[in-house]
Amino acid sequence: MGLEERTQSERPHARADWRQMLAVGTIASALGIALAFVIDWFPPAASKEAGPVDTLWHVLLIFSIPIFVGVTVVVGFAILRFRMRPGEENLDGPPIHGNTRLEVVWTAIPAIILVGLCTYSFVVLEDVEAVSGKPVEVRVVGEQFAWTYFVDQNGKEVASNDLHLPVGRQVRFTLQSKDVLHDFWVPAFRIKKDAVPGIDVKYTVTPSKVGTYPVVCAELCGLGHAVMRSSVTVEPQDKYEAWLANVGKPAATPTGGGGGGETDGKAIFTSAQTNCGTCHTLADAGTKGTIGPDLDDVLADKDEAFIKESIVDPNKVIADGYQSGVMPPNYGQTLQPAQIDALAKYLSEVTKGG
Amino acid sequence: MTARLRAPGLPRAFFFLVLGTLFCAALIIVVRELYGYPVFEDGGVVTKAQNAILLLSLLIAPLWFLIGLGAFDYWFYWAAGRPTRAEDHSGHGAHSWRDYFRINTDHKVIGIQYVVTSFFFMLVGGLMAMLVRAELAAPGRQFVDPGTFNGLFSVHASLMIFLFIIPVFAGLANYVLPLMIGAPDMAFPRLNALSFWMLPIAGIMMTASFFAPGGSFATGWTAYAPLSGDAPIGQMFFTIGVQFAGASSIATALNFLVTIITMRAPGMSFWRLPLLVWANFATSLLVVIATPFIAASQFFVLLDYALHFNFFRPERDGDVLMYQHVFWFYSHPAVYIMMLPGFGIISEVLSVKARKPIFGYRMMAFSLLAIVLLGFTVWAHHMFVSGMQDWIRIPMMVTTAIIAVPTGIKIFSWLATLWRGVLHMDTPMLWACGFLTMFTLGGISGVVLAMVPMDIYVSDTYFIVAHIHYVLYGGSLFTIYAGVYYWFPKMTGRMFDERLGKLHFWLTFVAFNCTFAPMHLVGVKGMPRRVADYAQEFAGWNLFISISSFVLGLSTLVFVYNMVASWRGGPRASANPWRALTLEWQVSSPPPVFNFDRVPTVVGGPYEYGVPGAVHGIFKPAEEARPKTPAGATGGSAESSSEQGV
Repeated sequence: MGLEERTQSERPHARADWRQMLAVGTIASALGIALAFVIDWFPPAASKEAGPVDTLWHVLLIFSIPIFVGVTVVVGFAILRFRMRPGEENLDGPPIHGNTRLEVVWTAIPAIILVGLCTYSFVVLEDVEAVSGKPVEVRVVGEQFAWTYFVDQNGKEVASNDLHLPVGRQVRFTLQSKDVLHDFWVPAFRIKKDAVPGIDVKYTVTPSKVGTYPVVCAELCGLGHAVMRSSVTVEPQDKYEAWLANVGKPAATPTGGGGGGETDGKAIFTSAQTNCGTCHTLADAGTKGTIGPDLDDVLADKDEAFIKESIVDPNKVIADGYQSGVMPPNYGQTLQPAQIDALAKYLSEVTKGG
Repeated sequence: MTARLRAPGLPRAFFFLVLGTLFCAALIIVVRELYGYPVFEDGGVVTKAQNAILLLSLLIAPLWFLIGLGAFDYWFYWAAGRPTRAEDHSGHGAHSWRDYFRINTDHKVIGIQYVVTSFFFMLVGGLMAMLVRAELAAPGRQFVDPGTFNGLFSVHASLMIFLFIIPVFAGLANYVLPLMIGAPDMAFPRLNALSFWMLPIAGIMMTASFFAPGGSFATGWTAYAPLSGDAPIGQMFFTIGVQFAGASSIATALNFLVTIITMRAPGMSFWRLPLLVWANFATSLLVVIATPFIAASQFFVLLDYALHFNFFRPERDGDVLMYQHVFWFYSHPAVYIMMLPGFGIISEVLSVKARKPIFGYRMMAFSLLAIVLLGFTVWAHHMFVSGMQDWIRIPMMVTTAIIAVPTGIKIFSWLATLWRGVLHMDTPMLWACGFLTMFTLGGISGVVLAMVPMDIYVSDTYFIVAHIHYVLYGGSLFTIYAGVYYWFPKMTGRMFDERLGKLHFWLTFVAFNCTFAPMHLVGVKGMPRRVADYAQEFAGWNLFISISSFVLGLSTLVFVYNMVASWRGGPRASANPWRALTLEWQVSSPPPVFNFDRVPTVVGGPYEYGVPGAVHGIFKPAEEARPKTPAGATGGSAESSSEQGV
């Protein structure tokens, strides 16, 4: 005890006022939380599940910011108040070895907070994963580097390259993969899961807002991972039904296809359904993709039949310097024969310019 | 020339490397011929045979290299019945720079070999990060094609984890741990040398993968199957490189455990161990138990890849998720392997620089052990979106959150150690205080990630990239800098430039936050990680992040210059410039070749700053010293401390 007094009396400046620290900490935390609530963190929310997830994030921020601010304020005050002043080079601090009561407090309080947060998260999880009634079933098949959606059309399963969903109805995705791991993620829906070869992975969402939202592959799947994109359109029930009726015939006899049976080659090339330009450069369409070969270059001496074959079976002939297995092999399945013919004709015409 | 090729050393090692490669080629050719597979074609070797030779060489030629280097000479002599001396110190110590390029049994030389090698690979890995950020400065394609981009971030992460953070901690501990416990060396000096020399093999293998046909491994440092099972041969440079890094890690950990258990100086009870020793004890337990799991996961991939086994091939009843379970059963404890030694460093630095005993010494040691135990129960929190069984997410969420409790105990105890101390705010202390704040932030985002619904949303986004860099850069690397500055005088016998050290800290601290803090924002906004191209809405932040990262890269050069220049021409360091109590500071800088001319006796705790007349160790025989207070004891010390003193 005498020792502490000696050290303190030698260092009259080395004092920290608890009230001052508490005030600084409270104000900084309040400002931090206010700032965190001003920031627009999330992409647009388009599902019922987005609400609880976004709220959870904000609750976590309310707990996180004071802890970070608290540690920073203590470090800051310690440096300001207790740093060595000239003449104190050989001085030691008070020999405090511990304080059992304090140690119990800072073990128990974080434990209680953490268990509380876990309980709350559990409730949120139960909430966002609850399956009610009879959801719309969509089978999502990932492959390098495309998504194919299989939807139920009067009891028959039909394939499509784009996805439409009815607003306000729960949808259950069954994720599958043909090759490696993929991850089906619509940021606007807030839920993601991996598509795993060999097993079915399921999750449900309830789209709640009409609009078109990006679909992202969130699990590294190879060269084209960054461009494994698609989109999902949420629309009213009647529009959805119209789309569904138009999707086409069963996948086994591939006359079906997404979109509306487009037969303009350039429109097919640039459509969101095929996304050709993401990987291929084609001067006529103004695309500059570099994942796959430059079509102006490699198709200059190829005929229409070759081009058609390359669309349907892309791994049969591989251009120099490129790998097989990169281009989606499912265009023969998801485009109508007329569309493939139109696309091949278009590509053959525009690449013979010079 | 023949004499040099016969004597152990680098020339013989490279000669044996060539012999080993030829051996592998011959083996493959003979086996393929015997099975009747094609070997030669158009005057060359068929591609399949080329790949097989390359693969086998990766696996076996390094062993030839190590034999050539002389790593096994002693054991060969012993096995052949030739005369050996158990107390053979011919390979001990360094008299010139050449002694750092051979098998050396001195733990101080090995420590420096470790630290310099790992910082070399840190610079290589950092350069790759710069290329990644250059590519990401704007949407679309800038400098590299997608394959190279995937390779760059994969090799960056692998080098930083397996060739920098894990071994640099092993290196620092290699140097100071035997000194701290009053031992003349590690328990197994020859094994220690072998452990080190496996490291450059792993590093060169991973870096050289860029020259492999088909490019480097490009499946991330996680190398998830089945993507890694069908990749070009570059993937194997990771699969096999990890085996060498892992073997190195395991051997060193065993060495630490045996050293700590059996070679403590008289009077050095477990409750008088400096916390750095405790931290490395805990880490070594983790390494010994967990590292075999990553070795297994990569051997499975190797067998799938090379011999068409079906561990991870779903079409042949393989189990894709098993890879992730086995991988993360190592790789989650690995984040503690990359953090606990840093906790030890921070305890040393804070106590000495605040001139106060560590607050709650025993809880600090117990919380390390609690982290070891809990660390094995949280691995599946990396797999919340993997498609595994749903129920297991809940226990994993709870254990993941609870592991923040012992970590919190450590943070709060450090704060209490600072409180009312006499804070010497020099470079090591700045890094330690920087660590306290930055690691807290990384820990908090870790708790956010533990919450299942939140993790489902942000996993595989830039939020993860932000979190891992706050933990491994703001956490581990800050402690590494603290440790390197703190022990630099001991290791080199020179003082570093304090002004440059402070400049390094402030540049890094600011640039680090500018680089990684915005990643939280873009991550929550929906930008996935591991992509070379991204949506236009993220362009602004990414440009800012890239520019900050270049400043961060440049700040590292300040450190490198300071280290090199100070080592060459810095002012001589005294034995104990920080007035520390622990044993490594009681011997000259750098220490004598066998550390202690007289065996020290430990008579008190390691952090008794402020206790009048307190000493930790004395250089008198054990009989003359009566054991005194252990480290955590409170009160009563004033009465007994008067009898201490040197």
